[in-house]
Amino acid sequence: MEATVTKNATEGKTWGGGNEPLKASYGKLMMWFFILSDALTFSGFLAAYGFSRFRFVDSWPIADEVFNHFPFLHGVDAPMYYVAFMTFILIFSSVTMVLAVDAGHHMKKGKVTFYLFLTIVGGLIFVGSQAWEWKNFIQGEYGAVTTNGGNILQFVDQEGERVALSDIALFQASERAQHTRNKGLWFTEEASLPTYTLDEVKAGFLANNSLLIRTQSLNENGEKTILSREESKQKLEREAFGIVEGANLKHNEYGVPLFADFFFFITGFHGFHVFSGVILNIIIFFNVIMGTYERRGSYEMVEKVGLYWHFVDLVWVFIFTFFYLV
Amino acid sequence: MANSTTHQHKSNTKRIWNVFIILSVVTIFEVFLGIIRPEFLTDTHILSMKLLNWIFIILTLYKAYYIAWAFMHLEGESKGLRRAVVWTAIFLISFLMFILLTEGNYIHGVFNTNNIAWDF
Repeated sequence: MEATVTKNATEGKTWGGGNEPLKASYGKLMMWFFILSDALTFSGFLAAYGFSRFRFVDSWPIADEVFNHFPFLHGVDAPMYYVAFMTFILIFSSVTMVLAVDAGHHMKKGKVTFYLFLTIVGGLIFVGSQAWEWKNFIQGEYGAVTTNGGNILQFVDQEGERVALSDIALFQASERAQHTRNKGLWFTEEASLPTYTLDEVKAGFLANNSLLIRTQSLNENGEKTILSREESKQKLEREAFGIVEGANLKHNEYGVPLFADFFFFITGFHGFHVFSGVILNIIIFFNVIMGTYERRGSYEMVEKVGLYWHFVDLVWVFIFTFFYLV
Repeated sequence: MANSTTHQHKSNTKRIWNVFIILSVVTIFEVFLGIIRPEFLTDTHILSMKLLNWIFIILTLYKAYYIAWAFMHLEGESKGLRRAVVWTAIFLISFLMFILLTEGNYIHGVFNTNNIAWDF
């Protein structure tokens, strides 16, 4: 009890201890310390992201084209709807959290339990949604060709609509198999091979006159540059190096590799925060049910965990802006 | 009770729901702008950034203010605590942003105008 609830036993004596110059308990102050340092960590990440974005300002992927999936709407271009939904879930779980804190001030155990439960459910929906976003991002949709210089070449038709590698590639017999430990030297292996070989894509591209190449560089209107048919052929012949489907930390089909790196790192770090927030919420949820805080005479623990939970929401507001909107 | 001396615990459920409505409306507005991207906002540049992006950033700070003040209850804390938290973050973050964005822009210039080849 003494650990969380300080009592002013030495009132009137400035240096006698037990003094609260900021009129907040020890636990709450420490939570603010942590939140401030964590906020600086996140801004370090976001600043690094901004640095890379300014360095690749004329070739950064367009978020609306990357994050355009919505559950049960296959092949429908739905930019940002799903992230907007995720944002709502998180804001709403913040609201239920603050309602739980409010109910705690009035020592209403039932209400605290109910609102905490809603907060936990909201947190779980958010983490699940993020996992789904990651799955779509890692899987990719269209596939692309990488160049010697590490750039990405995407394929479009005459109208500028993206065309998937699976619609382009012409099957060619190939002897190339994935090298696994049981097929050659036992101590070497390689990553799984792309579905199509570069030669298949090249042959398919030459056979279909309506196909064009879209490079990653942005024109004056902020759109990706589309090459003419002649330029496209030359580019593919001269610079094509390999196939990339989806995204990992080394390369991705959307453009600059750093785009995926920062996406994984920042949303991953945030998702980890949400996850630990859910764990903390579950712990205090059971404490509330068992009546720990009722006996302690104070629901301040709910308030402290609530601070952390709102902070997670606060960070998401910034990630939402800088990854999906700007 | 721990803080019975510092806060009056009157219920502010109404304020909470008001803030929720504000945050929701702002988010919907942001998403709406992000989807239609009106041309007069993307073509106007202020301080070498699109007006649309300025709007997004300002609205984000607006939302951050409400989350910190209403949900994290900074409005009810003592002045000292509030300033220690808010000003520390604002000064350090603006400094970091300024340095890194300027340098990112500089490196972009070096790679694009000087004789350094990186795309073979």
